Amino acid sequence: MAEPRLIEISPVTRVEGHGKVTIHLNADNEVDEARLHIVEFRGFERFIRGRLMWEVPVIVQRLCGICPVSHHLAAAKAMDMIAGVDQLTPTAEKMRRLMHYGQVMQSHVLHFFHLAAPDLLFGFGAPAEKRNIFEVIKENPELGKRAILMRKYGQEIIEATAGKKVHGTGAIPGGINRNLPIERRDHFLATVDQMIEWSLDAVKLAQDYTLEHEDLVAEFGSFPSNYMSLVRESDGALDLYHGNLRALSSTGDMIFDQVPYTKYHELIVEDVRSWSYMKFPFIKSLGPDAGWYRVGPLARMNTASFIDTPLANAALKDLKAVTSGTPNNSTLANHWARMIEVLHCVEKIRELLNDPDLQGTDLIAKGDRREEGIGVIEAPRGNLIHHYKVDEHDQVTYCNLIVSTTHNNEGMNRAVKDVAIKHLSGKEQITEGMLNHVEVAIRAYDPCLSCATHALGQMPLQVELFNADGALVDSQTQCV
Amino acid sequence: MSGTKKETGFTFTIDGVEITAYAGQTIMEAADEAGVYIPRLCDHEGLRHQGSCRVCTVKAGGRSVAACTQPAAPGQAVENETPHLTKMRRDLVEMLFHEGNHLCPICEASGNCELQAMAYRLDMTEATKFPYLEPCRALDASHPDIALDTNRCISCGRCIRASQDVDGKGVFGYVGRGIHRRVAVNGENLADTDAQVSDHAISAEVCPVGCIIRKRVGFAVPIGEREFDHGLIGHDIEEKRK
Repeated sequence: MAEPRLIEISPVTRVEGHGKVTIHLNADNEVDEARLHIVEFRGFERFIRGRLMWEVPVIVQRLCGICPVSHHLAAAKAMDMIAGVDQLTPTAEKMRRLMHYGQVMQSHVLHFFHLAAPDLLFGFGAPAEKRNIFEVIKENPELGKRAILMRKYGQEIIEATAGKKVHGTGAIPGGINRNLPIERRDHFLATVDQMIEWSLDAVKLAQDYTLEHEDLVAEFGSFPSNYMSLVRESDGALDLYHGNLRALSSTGDMIFDQVPYTKYHELIVEDVRSWSYMKFPFIKSLGPDAGWYRVGPLARMNTASFIDTPLANAALKDLKAVTSGTPNNSTLANHWARMIEVLHCVEKIRELLNDPDLQGTDLIAKGDRREEGIGVIEAPRGNLIHHYKVDEHDQVTYCNLIVSTTHNNEGMNRAVKDVAIKHLSGKEQITEGMLNHVEVAIRAYDPCLSCATHALGQMPLQVELFNADGALVDSQTQCV
Repeated sequence: MSGTKKETGFTFTIDGVEITAYAGQTIMEAADEAGVYIPRLCDHEGLRHQGSCRVCTVKAGGRSVAACTQPAAPGQAVENETPHLTKMRRDLVEMLFHEGNHLCPICEASGNCELQAMAYRLDMTEATKFPYLEPCRALDASHPDIALDTNRCISCGRCIRASQDVDGKGVFGYVGRGIHRRVAVNGENLADTDAQVSDHAISAEVCPVGCIIRKRVGFAVPIGEREFDHGLIGHDIEEKRK
């Protein structure tokens, strides 16, 4: 009989932020426990207190370098509420939407082509030196070129709407600080059809992978769960910028629907566990055991009644057809969903670029001041909640952030355990390729661990192996 | 004080460039008129000269003098942009960064900040070599229209002179001595003073950094349209020579 072991994967690579995985093997080399630990601590919720309300959208976006626009806009929406503004001017809302679509597009492209593609193209167990974007470019130069140019397009949209590609200042309480000059509009219009075409190809690539690897996708880190996202207020359509909350069970039963997001705290509770800096939210009415849920691209495909752009809606129908319209519970299907969202974003960008409101000059609305503001947005990785209280001196007194990766905490941990049991249990020798399977499951959620802990330093994945007595037996570390 | 009798003009040189000055003009005033920029932080147009930041230090007659207070003299050979003086100025600016809490990425004065712009002009491309003191200073947001974030204060005293000499109020003053000297308000907090957002001392151009904040207008000017987005600090003066 073998000695019980603890395997540690630290750091988890090709994700944003710092995390590690621990896998406990018993004396029979079977997985007893597997967990994703978030080992960084940031504390934004605390040090934002005392700062001035109009600084918040600029400060909190520093949580992240991948999708800072999400934090920028969620905070700005909360500050709109505090500024007493319930309706932005058309130019302000459309500029913010343009910024957001540009961001979701570039973030999804970054994840699919740069971070996930090496696994999908070369196999989960491929040699570590093969699993990177440079090998993708070497193997398929056209794909690599598109990856870079699509991301550039999204980044330039952000720059045009926020002033900088990363960490801009576009959204301010009650509106936006710029419009889109005609010459910038024409610059983006010149290549938007090319972007649509490439997005359609990306959808097909992800769809083909999913369908060609049907068995793998069906079993790899897949399990039933609840799903939650914003949907459009009027008709339940996919809406990444604004809407009401909707949650579905794994079989498609409505848990709640069209609940204003300002009531999120009546629906969601955050649980704390000693081994992670990341909280575990769950739906209050269902309790912690049954109430955990997933967010993100696949969750949105599950919750949305339809998509209001024709090409993405057709792609959504293809995805829903796989599960006959019921929620898709396959973790790896997230990649397909992600590419459908890229297509949707580019369609929306084209629609907006043709809207003269983007050249409007009415940028800021005013209202009667409130003490509390909640802003919710669908970030690339899922639902993002910002909640603030501000005193009569304009200083923040309270901040609560529930980020996409936190919503997905239980789901990611279940995926880690599921894959560890299927691919590591009973094996005496744990190879690096086997460990990458665990990382693939995590990567499907495109987690942003920095955001989730509201990190500094290097980005390491560490796998630790503990024996039955809980003693550390072995560990392997993968470096970026 | 600017010279007024043009007929009494004389010439001197700055880095070999001949400058015409008039009786009573400081080296900096004459240089400004001639389109030669001498870096400065505590000096500001319309306020009396103070000569405290020493960023405008030039060599005149072999001595280091503050260009904002030193009168120009006929035939004088002034050194301004020498490697030695530029390094000295950069060290002074680095010490200002080291002494306060200057978080440019999240500061609403970024792009309009003279300290940040001076650091760029002096080619301060890395974090200060001096260890950050990281002082603990509270934000004073008590006033309904104005906030004071002394984490960003460089003790230039421009607000003090503007309040006393232009507004006739004395909202701001220095407290403490030596390295402990700080700008403070004449009251328990800003709300306890007679400061008004219309005061010259509160205007955007008087505070060179993001210490005096007019509330609820932060980040309203987009990146690309801020004062130093398209030119180094001093370019407006240097353009006079072109």
